[in-house]
Amino acid sequence: MNTRLRWRKLVSGFMLAMTGVCAFVAVAVLFFILGYLIFNGGTSINWDFFTKLPTPVGEVGGGMANAIVGSAKLLLLASLIGVPIGFFGGIYLAEFSGSKVAFVVRYAADLLNGVPSIVIGIFAYTLVVLPFKHFSTIAGAFALGLMMIPITLRNTEEFLLGVPRALREASMALGASKWTTIIRVIVPAAYRGIMTAILLALARVAGETAPLLFTAFGNRYWSPGWNQPTASLPVMIYTYAISPYEDWHRQAWAAGLVLLGLILIVNIVARVILARGVAVPRS
Amino acid sequence: MQASARPALSVNLKPTGIANTSRETIAPSSMRMAISKVNFFYGEKQTLFDINMAIATNRVTALIGPSGCGKSTLLRTFNRMHETVRNARLEGEILLDGQNILSQDVTQLRRRVGMVFQRPNPFPKSIFENVAYGPKINGSNLPVADIVEKSLRRAALWDEVKDHLHKSAYELSGGQQQRLCIARGLAVEPEVLLLDEPCSALDPISTAKIEELLVQLKDSCTIAIVTHNMQQAARVSDYTAFLLVGQLVEFNPTPQLFTTPSDPRTEAYITGRFG
Repeated sequence: MNTRLRWRKLVSGFMLAMTGVCAFVAVAVLFFILGYLIFNGGTSINWDFFTKLPTPVGEVGGGMANAIVGSAKLLLLASLIGVPIGFFGGIYLAEFSGSKVAFVVRYAADLLNGVPSIVIGIFAYTLVVLPFKHFSTIAGAFALGLMMIPITLRNTEEFLLGVPRALREASMALGASKWTTIIRVIVPAAYRGIMTAILLALARVAGETAPLLFTAFGNRYWSPGWNQPTASLPVMIYTYAISPYEDWHRQAWAAGLVLLGLILIVNIVARVILARGVAVPRS
Repeated sequence: MQASARPALSVNLKPTGIANTSRETIAPSSMRMAISKVNFFYGEKQTLFDINMAIATNRVTALIGPSGCGKSTLLRTFNRMHETVRNARLEGEILLDGQNILSQDVTQLRRRVGMVFQRPNPFPKSIFENVAYGPKINGSNLPVADIVEKSLRRAALWDEVKDHLHKSAYELSGGQQQRLCIARGLAVEPEVLLLDEPCSALDPISTAKIEELLVQLKDSCTIAIVTHNMQQAARVSDYTAFLLVGQLVEFNPTPQLFTTPSDPRTEAYITGRFG
């Protein structure tokens, strides 16, 4: 073997090892975070954590029931805002728009997706909080809903375009109008993908903190109504983590673990829905 | 089925441009569709040139020709499926029972002129729901279950699927799926059924079943079929049109076209010298 060949083999082996190490690091980060959360927060997770209100400083125990319910309410309302707009917008993009309109909308959606969440927060603050003179669940959900729109929209479009042309033609050839075809054939054929997209959008905004800081604000007690400030898991983590109290730190870790757990579950459910087989065989 | 009384056609039936035509042999009263001076364009590119032909009532008309000759394009204009493609443009006149289809409501037209495609394309629904789709969206005064059974019987599929109508259509074999697509098309009681190479994705046994089915169906339905299989055209059709690079070269009764073709290009094609 001459030196040149040996050198080539060495470079090849080295580069292969490098890519492997990088791939390992990427995965390791997740497991490191997960391990760290379990190590620090695992002991604070108990029944009380899910059922009790936070205790005053100095008192040990208590939970984050109000933050968990608050996050659920925020996400529910955010979905009611973001999913219909994203879904129907996606249908428009995939089925009706001319190529020029589609290009502009698609580009705008991608830009909206890239807007920093803190900016979305300021926007919601100006538009919802200031006129009502109240931090509220509605304001927080508005901010999160805005963030869900582009994700739902682009994914809906993608999955609708993935439905084979042959199914459209079959329906049109039976005298179905375009709208009938979309609602009765195309959307049902793509619904698994669309469901997955909605769940992933939900998981994505579930952990957002910045847009909630000055919209939903925070609350040490149960939120008395949709137009009142509410606690949420991410903001609770933020507040507890920067506090000087040892017990609050443990609670913050526990909240982080719960939040990550919920997001992981949503992600896994989404993958399972998608993996149960795409309804339409690819041809 | 629509009543069989048809108004006489007011089109000029003189052959224009093609060497031979049997349009004199199809009396206007037995003509379900008349195609005259059809030119077709994809953007700037013209793919059909001055096509004149007729589709005889309760007969099978075959369109044959080599790949890319425009036979599928021509078939798709018969129920305006060409409009689903951007930049497609049609000139000329296509009459269905004496009415120009280009000025009709397109959904109404497609209820009267159904289509079966090259690859079986059942919906991702149950067998029952596939057949019931047309009657449901179009509204029907008969019970849907009756229509489904009747259509499946007409498509010679009923005995094979009657015990599992609620299984997914994808569990059927390719040939069964194609007959399901035919049943789905028949469920809206079309006057004309267009088939675009319906057997090209099927094995010989399934193909034989579909051919047999077509011959039975022509009692109640007018059929136009695109095929690149000349034996198939010879077996099932009453009239055959031979197309070459967008031109209708010859249109004659099938026995005549295959035994005594009047154009040398037809003869070259059917004897296998090209295509």
